[in-house]
Amino acid sequence: MNLLELLLDPLQYPFMVRGLLAALMVGVICSTLGTYVILQGMAFLGDALAHAILPGVVLAYLLGWPLAVGALIVGIGTALGIGALSHKGEIREDTAIGIVFAGSFALGVAMLSTVQSYAVDLAHILFGDVLAVSSAELWLTLGLGLLVLATVVLFYKELLVITFDPVLAAVLRLPERFLRYLLLVLIAVTIVVALQTVGIALVLAMLVTPAATAQLLTRRLPTMMITAAILGALANVSGLYLSYYVNIAAGPAMVLVATAIFLLVFVFAPQRGLIGRRLIAKNQTIPTSARKYHLVQE
Amino acid sequence: MFAKFSPLPPPVAHHGADMPSVALQHINVSYGDVRALDDITFQLPRGAQVAIVGPNGAGKSTLFNVIAGIVRPTGGRVDIYGTEPGGHICVGYVPQRNRIDWRFPVTVTDVVLMGRTRKIGLFRRAGQADHRAVQEALARVRMDALANRQIGELSGGQQQRVFLARALAQEAELLLLDEPLTGLDLPSQEILLQILEELRAQGITILVATHDLNQAAAYFSTVLLLNHRVIALGKPVEVLTAALLREAYGSQLHVVHGGVDPQQSEDALLVADSCCGAAALPPVAYSERPMLHSPSVEDVLEQVRS
Repeated sequence: MNLLELLLDPLQYPFMVRGLLAALMVGVICSTLGTYVILQGMAFLGDALAHAILPGVVLAYLLGWPLAVGALIVGIGTALGIGALSHKGEIREDTAIGIVFAGSFALGVAMLSTVQSYAVDLAHILFGDVLAVSSAELWLTLGLGLLVLATVVLFYKELLVITFDPVLAAVLRLPERFLRYLLLVLIAVTIVVALQTVGIALVLAMLVTPAATAQLLTRRLPTMMITAAILGALANVSGLYLSYYVNIAAGPAMVLVATAIFLLVFVFAPQRGLIGRRLIAKNQTIPTSARKYHLVQE
Repeated sequence: MFAKFSPLPPPVAHHGADMPSVALQHINVSYGDVRALDDITFQLPRGAQVAIVGPNGAGKSTLFNVIAGIVRPTGGRVDIYGTEPGGHICVGYVPQRNRIDWRFPVTVTDVVLMGRTRKIGLFRRAGQADHRAVQEALARVRMDALANRQIGELSGGQQQRVFLARALAQEAELLLLDEPLTGLDLPSQEILLQILEELRAQGITILVATHDLNQAAAYFSTVLLLNHRVIALGKPVEVLTAALLREAYGSQLHVVHGGVDPQQSEDALLVADSCCGAAALPPVAYSERPMLHSPSVEDVLEQVRS
């Protein structure tokens, strides 16, 4: 079997085609927004948000609604709630997030435990099932994804300032609070988009890993976003192929590929990789004095 | 209520170029029971260049936040070029170095362009005028050659100049610099101070918070001595007197003899920070600093000695 056949063989199954499309879109959307998640240090918040969505998913499931609808309502609600809590300052923000996260997740599991097929359903929700994506869900993913990406482009300048230097945002009177909530809601929507593919437990990897890899390779936010999107899509698609041929679960396969890419880049990245930094550190004696000279000259 | 959540920024405030750049009347700021600023009243003309000195926790940063309109005072009135803060985009702010994530994926140009965010406006992209403003600002701080560097790849002094350029691109008329010289090597300090001098000539008002009394005396025409309230405001010679310094710094002020080099047996002034305690500070003898021989500092030392 040659390479082309290897790539084309799974495409004879419609569920694989839908799965690949979903994996591709989720990879692009999550990784793009993931740049803000890691630059703002919101990894914990992203994970918490993903878990807190569970009751919404379960409720939608019990009522026979599309899962994304329940997830979206609860996700946005939780995002706004966390935003409000962190403003009060009575308890530390991460503590507040932890309480909401654990409580909400427990509620979701409790609700689901009333159903007979409990274990199977829980596994499905926790780890996703990209091969069960329907055409309707695919369209929903596309719609929500375009919405997220359009918002990121439209508010690019403002989101950049608020992430890089919140004080400047305050001095310039940018609509700070609006932008913060906007970012939280975008993250919630992105998590909902990713639920079907990797499930609640592994959503965080989609948000964080490709973006972290991209940061090691790039020096500007737009290129970091594009690199992250490409890496995310690549990891997801090749992860799905891997799961097809090696017969492992699709969600974990995608995350494992993304993690492997990260480790490779972490070691071999030209300037910021382990080896690259070692090399730069070795030559450091000359640049420092050169830099001083440069300053004096000016 | 809804204004807080609106995506639209408030309108830009009126800018009276002939008004005092900064006018504070009876400003009070309290955090809970702690009074950070107590009845602050002063006025600065346009183009003033003021060093704000005082012990750690004296309220220097709070004062800046009030002037920038980030902190709302519990009492009193602030006017920046004639109108209350809020919507003033003429206030340029250079953050303390430790507030910035230097690994952030932005280049020098990106950072400077941030200063234009309000001028460009929501949903719009930077135009020619914006890019020109960025280039001019970078040229003025002599950073145009490094415009495409990632900010983490610069030296400390270069990083400060980038943020200064950002304020210039913002077309700021009032610059607030919080400890801009801390941690910079001497050449970088000199360059930065030289640029500030050039800006003053253009009528830009500059407020610099600093720990370094020597620099305050040597480079600034006006010194504001602050410890929750205004202890003194005036020329360095008038403000940096032993009596006033003791009043501001209290027990944190130490007179040390000799410095490191026994040959230079001049007394030196050591101001310890409350955060680290006098003992933890390296023996910084001001007599070792190159600026010692500016007359005002000599005066200070003279008065402390007596």
